[in-house]
Amino acid sequence: MNSILEIENISKNYYSKDKETTALLDISMNIYPGEFLVIVGPSGCGKSTLLNIIGGIDKESSGVIRGNKDIRIGYMLQSDSLFPWLTILDNALLGLKIKNDLTKENINYVKKLLKTYGLSEFINSYPKELSGGMRQRVALIRTLAMKPDILLLDEPFSALDYQTRLKVCDDVYEIIKEENKTVIMITHDIGEACSLADRIVVLSERPGKIKKIFNIKWDKKGTPFQNRMNKEFSTYYDMVWKEIDGYE
Amino acid sequence: MDMNSEYRKYLSNIKKNNILVHVTRIIILLLIVILWEYLSSHNIINSFIYSSPSKIIKTIISLYQTNNLFNHIWITIYETIISFVLATLLGTIIAIILWYSKFLYRVMDPYLTVINSLPKVALGPVIIILSGANIKSIIVMALLISLIITITNVYSGFVNTDKNMIKLMNSFQASKYRILKYLIIPYNYHVIISSLKINVGMSMVGVIMGEFLVSKQGIGYLINYGSQVFNLNLVFAGILLLIIVSYLMYLMVLLLEKTLIRDN
Ligand SMILES: Nc1ncnc2c1ncn2[C@@H]1O[C@H](COP(=O)(O)OP(=O)(O)OP(=O)(O)O)[C@@H](O)[C@H]1O
Ligand SMILES: [Mg+2]
Repeated sequence: MNSILEIENISKNYYSKDKETTALLDISMNIYPGEFLVIVGPSGCGKSTLLNIIGGIDKESSGVIRGNKDIRIGYMLQSDSLFPWLTILDNALLGLKIKNDLTKENINYVKKLLKTYGLSEFINSYPKELSGGMRQRVALIRTLAMKPDILLLDEPFSALDYQTRLKVCDDVYEIIKEENKTVIMITHDIGEACSLADRIVVLSERPGKIKKIFNIKWDKKGTPFQNRMNKEFSTYYDMVWKEIDGYE
Repeated sequence: MDMNSEYRKYLSNIKKNNILVHVTRIIILLLIVILWEYLSSHNIINSFIYSSPSKIIKTIISLYQTNNLFNHIWITIYETIISFVLATLLGTIIAIILWYSKFLYRVMDPYLTVINSLPKVALGPVIIILSGANIKSIIVMALLISLIITITNVYSGFVNTDKNMIKLMNSFQASKYRILKYLIIPYNYHVIISSLKINVGMSMVGVIMGEFLVSKQGIGYLINYGSQVFNLNLVFAGILLLIIVSYLMYLMVLLLEKTLIRDN
């Protein structure tokens, strides 16, 4: 299969007055259309840095990222960052507005997304009236509104409690599959990684290098929550856990 | 809905308490006024120096009869409004410019600090020479007092805007102008409005200071003139007017704040 994005020998250094930090070292990998790729690794190993570079809000020190230049990338940050002074609809339309792309068609698309994902009665509400899970969904719709081909998710569920997390995880997964997106997601939660991913990339401690890539296959693939019940789940969990546990 | 009686009792207690507080306040005020009047009318204190409530009222009435009262009040209000609107507007604009250019901010920072710590009244003579002995000097004086603090407040609001929201805007490849328009300004709306509130008080100080120095009109002038001709009745009348005007201005800004901030 042809890749949608090729990451080649990406390295990233940060400089401060008294030291140089190498956050990423020689990262190479291909991203394939429609896949759900999950990145795990110890705190501070450069996961967010990698996503920032792919998302174009940070610049690599060396290496290149190849891809069709028409490829649209949507970045859903760790915090939902909804603007409290905008209604839910206006929040969901923010990206389109910034990009000068508020066409009637796009607005209808966003309204449809909000409706499909259970937020239609909150269109004119303000963010503080929503639960954490709902806010997360709005943030996702705000990203989806720009019809990205690739979706970058930085620990999208970390702000939620465990129960909500399982639920929102299923919701979000469903939305993403429905919209047929390619996804690169970061998480700290091995269970989450195993239940969602087609592939799991394990990064080493800083400077982040690719330590291992796992392919995740299921006999009967279900929603993330159902996958957790599948017989292969604990095997995958152990494999990834051992790979990460090697750091401590 | 049926309110239960304990809750109703709770509410009526709060109400009673509030009334008691108000009544006590009024009694204190009345006591002071009566005592003051009594002491000066029985010559226990020198009414030439300490004036008296009745003389203050008479002075205000005679100001009214010579058609000067509202003129003086209006001039002071007018100068204050111009100053605090101008201070807020200019302060915000300058803060925006400094936000655009980190370099400029670093260059200006020590100047702002020094000007801010300088007692502005010391600049009075310079201002008079540069702007002339007129309303311009008074407004410059008031601006000096409130402008720097506005710049500092608004600027620090700007740079403390939620980092994640800025990152979000960057992920949309937003230009600096759009970040300003769609994030920084609305995010700091309440900072700007609250500096409006601070500036009313500050501008009042500046205006009165300016009127002391140059004016032939305004409440500050009345007080200053009164002290020069040793007419303490006039001085106290001026102070009373100032208290009333300050309170009115405060109410006005409160109202302004209420209409400008719809609390979402
Ligand atoms: N703007 C920056 N300037 C200097 N150093 C930075 C900057 N951003 C990140 N770093 C450093 O680069 C390293 C990687 O940071 P990054 O945020 O990518 O880690 P992470 O894997 O996402 O960690 P976490 O799991 O805690 O979110 C860290 O050591 C961090 O201190
Ligand atoms: Mg991170």
